[in-house]
Amino acid sequence: MFSNILIWFVVIPLLMLAGLALCRDIKQIRAVAVAGSTALVALSVKLLVDYLAIRATGNTAPMLFTDSWSWFAPLNINLAVGVDGISVAMILLSAIIVFAGSFASWTIPQPKAFFLWLILLSTGVFGFFISIDLFTMFMFYEVALIPMYLLIGVWGSGRKEYSAMKLTLMLMGGSAFLMLGLIGIYYHSAPAGEPLTWNILEIVRNNSIGHGWQCFLFPMTFVGFGVLGAMFPFHTWSPDGHASAPTAVSMLHAGVLMKLGGYGCFRVAIYLMPHAANELAWIFLILTGISVVYGAFSACVQTDLKYINAYSSVSHCGLVLFAILMLNTTAMTGAIMQMLSHGLMTALFFALIGMIYGRTHTRDIRAMGGLMRIMPYLSVCYVIAGMASLGLPGLSGFVAEMTIFVGSFQHTDMFHRVFTIVACCSIVITAVYILRVVGKLLFGPVQDKHHLELTDATWWERFSTVTLIVCVAAIGCFPNFFSNLIKFTFSPDIFAVLGMN
Amino acid sequence: MDYSQFLVMKQELALLVVFLLVFLYDTFMPQRAGKALPVVSTVLLLLATAAGFCSHCLGSACAGEAFAGMYATSPVITAIKSILNIGAVIVLIQSMSWTGSEHMRVRRGEFYELLLVTLFGMYLMISARHFLLFVIGLECASLPLAAMVAFNKDRYESHEAAVKYILTAVFSSAVFMMGISFVYALGGSLYFHKLYAALAAGQHSLMLTLAIAFVIAGMGFKLSLVPFHLWTADVYQGAPTPVTSYLSVISKGSAAFAFMVILAQVFGSLYSSVWEWMLYALIILTITVGNLFAMRQTDMKRFLAFSSVSQAGYIMLGIIAFNTMGMAAMMYYILVYVFSNLAAFGVIGAIENATGKVDMADYRGLSKTNPRLAFSMMLAMFSLAGIPPFAGFFSKFFIFTGAINQGSIAIYVLVLIALINTIVSLYYYLLVVKAMYISPDEPAIAGFRSTCGERVGLWITVGGVILLGIVSCVYTWLLDISFFSTMASYFV
Repeated sequence: MFSNILIWFVVIPLLMLAGLALCRDIKQIRAVAVAGSTALVALSVKLLVDYLAIRATGNTAPMLFTDSWSWFAPLNINLAVGVDGISVAMILLSAIIVFAGSFASWTIPQPKAFFLWLILLSTGVFGFFISIDLFTMFMFYEVALIPMYLLIGVWGSGRKEYSAMKLTLMLMGGSAFLMLGLIGIYYHSAPAGEPLTWNILEIVRNNSIGHGWQCFLFPMTFVGFGVLGAMFPFHTWSPDGHASAPTAVSMLHAGVLMKLGGYGCFRVAIYLMPHAANELAWIFLILTGISVVYGAFSACVQTDLKYINAYSSVSHCGLVLFAILMLNTTAMTGAIMQMLSHGLMTALFFALIGMIYGRTHTRDIRAMGGLMRIMPYLSVCYVIAGMASLGLPGLSGFVAEMTIFVGSFQHTDMFHRVFTIVACCSIVITAVYILRVVGKLLFGPVQDKHHLELTDATWWERFSTVTLIVCVAAIGCFPNFFSNLIKFTFSPDIFAVLGMN
Repeated sequence: MDYSQFLVMKQELALLVVFLLVFLYDTFMPQRAGKALPVVSTVLLLLATAAGFCSHCLGSACAGEAFAGMYATSPVITAIKSILNIGAVIVLIQSMSWTGSEHMRVRRGEFYELLLVTLFGMYLMISARHFLLFVIGLECASLPLAAMVAFNKDRYESHEAAVKYILTAVFSSAVFMMGISFVYALGGSLYFHKLYAALAAGQHSLMLTLAIAFVIAGMGFKLSLVPFHLWTADVYQGAPTPVTSYLSVISKGSAAFAFMVILAQVFGSLYSSVWEWMLYALIILTITVGNLFAMRQTDMKRFLAFSSVSQAGYIMLGIIAFNTMGMAAMMYYILVYVFSNLAAFGVIGAIENATGKVDMADYRGLSKTNPRLAFSMMLAMFSLAGIPPFAGFFSKFFIFTGAINQGSIAIYVLVLIALINTIVSLYYYLLVVKAMYISPDEPAIAGFRSTCGERVGLWITVGGVILLGIVSCVYTWLLDISFFSTMASYFV
């Protein structure tokens, strides 16, 4: 069992949990957190190298490193694992953000409990990305959700009790629909007389979900995952949740957890029910189109730094779902790039906001100004994050959004074109709110003379931010590497099998 | 008469032996030895439970009938009785410090004797294949429970609860027997299999619908399904905490299984024509109303009372599934529910014993002063709400999977309503977690050391909550024996 590399992505966090439970002081906790998250980064890099090596030999199987261990045999529930390029990219992203998040929560109060919940959350995230069995996938999905309640409720700020409850209930509400959808898929996963299965690959091979059932189950699963992907009108948990969460949790939540939504929409809803996806995509295109534009406009009028980035996340994650629903190779590639880009960039944003808030004790942009003079390192990082967000060439945001809009415009009909143009407007609005904050916060006059005494970043903060900036620049400079990584999942053959254009 | 047929009733005999030994010990041992009674009874019941698990009782050899088919047993029935036994042992362990206290000195034995008698009655309910035996079991399980509810003689609430319980129990028995008399009029027998044949061949009539409605109402009182749940909150609140926990899991679990036996083996042929829609309405009402009332409760015992009302609705999903998967899922749900609910009641009992506080507001800041109790409570709440990786998630998932196996569109709608209700229930379960972990801890309960019995009880229940789901063999085993049970032939 342990010869499979993928299972270690769950085993290492579990070992970390055991290690943390035995820790006695802050130093040991930091040691466990850093050692574990470094191991995860190393492991995910090894996975990436191995994956590319196997692909280089001409292997075109949909999933690599597949393995399956029986769990509940009568129901055919297995612990089935396997990855394709998208999962590898997502695992790498998660490992990097967990790594950066550990450094960003260097001085958190009650560190033991905090890291226990944080690592439990990442166990769920990694487990979700390696699973190809719907049951285990769903289980890990919920494991990743529930720690948010305590992480926000105990370590958060502001209206934390309200936000934590709202976030948990809305996400769990989504998973209620999801559970029904998954059980429905299970009962139609094989032709009559053959054993039913939860395994995604086998369900695709059987291709036995009837048209009527697809049209019923597709909305269930898409909405279920879409709630986590901040799809309008189910996005309202996101701004409150992000604003109240502590730094590392905001990073992990916006950076990784919201990607579970987009990934699930693709992997379960669209991959398993392509006919319904073709037919019903327009409904969700309208909703996600609203998310994109509405999120961007809302960000323009916020004065709290975290709210600005939370609404910006709604807009950017909306774009992920928007691109997935375009159902063509280019746009979907763009969607995955956008997931990576947004994950890293938002994590960087929330890390910086946490660091600034830790010094000024306010997140109101009206109460701050001239930070470029006071803390130049953090300010420069903030500008870089902002530029990535508004799509400056050379950084990750540009390649992602460019690919998405080029892909979306390949549709020749009026409906898709109009919505693509509307979504394109969000780039301009993004520039408005990013530049407004940068101008006010970093270059405006100093609002509070006490701020003049504040210090710049410490070594662990620099470490955390540099890691993320390097990754953002890497995607921006070497987009081909990432698009090659995921091309096997989105090859035209597969789309032909799925019956899409 | 062939006396060897008594040997089919191995578990009943074992329980009877335990009862007699406890009775003799209580009556004839000197006062000083009375202190050991809690341990003695617990160990004896534990031995009886273990005997139920020995290979001879679980294999196909244990299937059999006695008294001309009035009594039947099979691996499934042995399994459900063992689940009840396990729950009862945990209740006994948790209640040791309560029964061991000085003011219980003269009444200690009564508690154990009454409890064992009710358990015996539940065994008969589950094994009965004739309504006469069933009613004996039903009364045997209900009436001593009223005495147990009234056990805190010096508390007014305890009396009130007992009166409420006895009146509703008697009334529901009356309604139930009215239903049986109708059935007897239609089928001409009280044997389940004869009634099944007669009802399957006979005409549908208003009288038959009424009969089924009466039977469902009578059992609904026992299971506290809405709208027959009104006694639940008051009785749970007034009764001593060990009795409440016994009522909420053991009494409910046995009634649920017996209910399924009656519906399948007597009225099985009328599933889609008569009682399916009745259960739809009952389940939706039970889950929804139970949840809505639970949200407003501040007393922990009342809170868990309404939570258990809504949990009964989920248990009923296993019955309405009307297939082997649903039946296995229901048994598994009961098992998991026993562990989760007893973990919650274990914490409540420990805190009540040490400080006398039972209000949710008193739990504020518990995570700081009593981290282990708070942690156990949190796991119990997560398991009840169905959060993975705790057992409650698996039991909910499997009961929904079992229900949907039935296949109609209506069942999808029902499961969707149940699923949306899990969100409501998550809200109030999280309120407890919030009180313990998040709310400002001004009036926090001071740290205390719970007694040995309470700690052992919590270790067992929390261990069960963590392991019962992840370790797949429990559910797999229940599913295996369900497939080969006689019940399976009754499902459509």
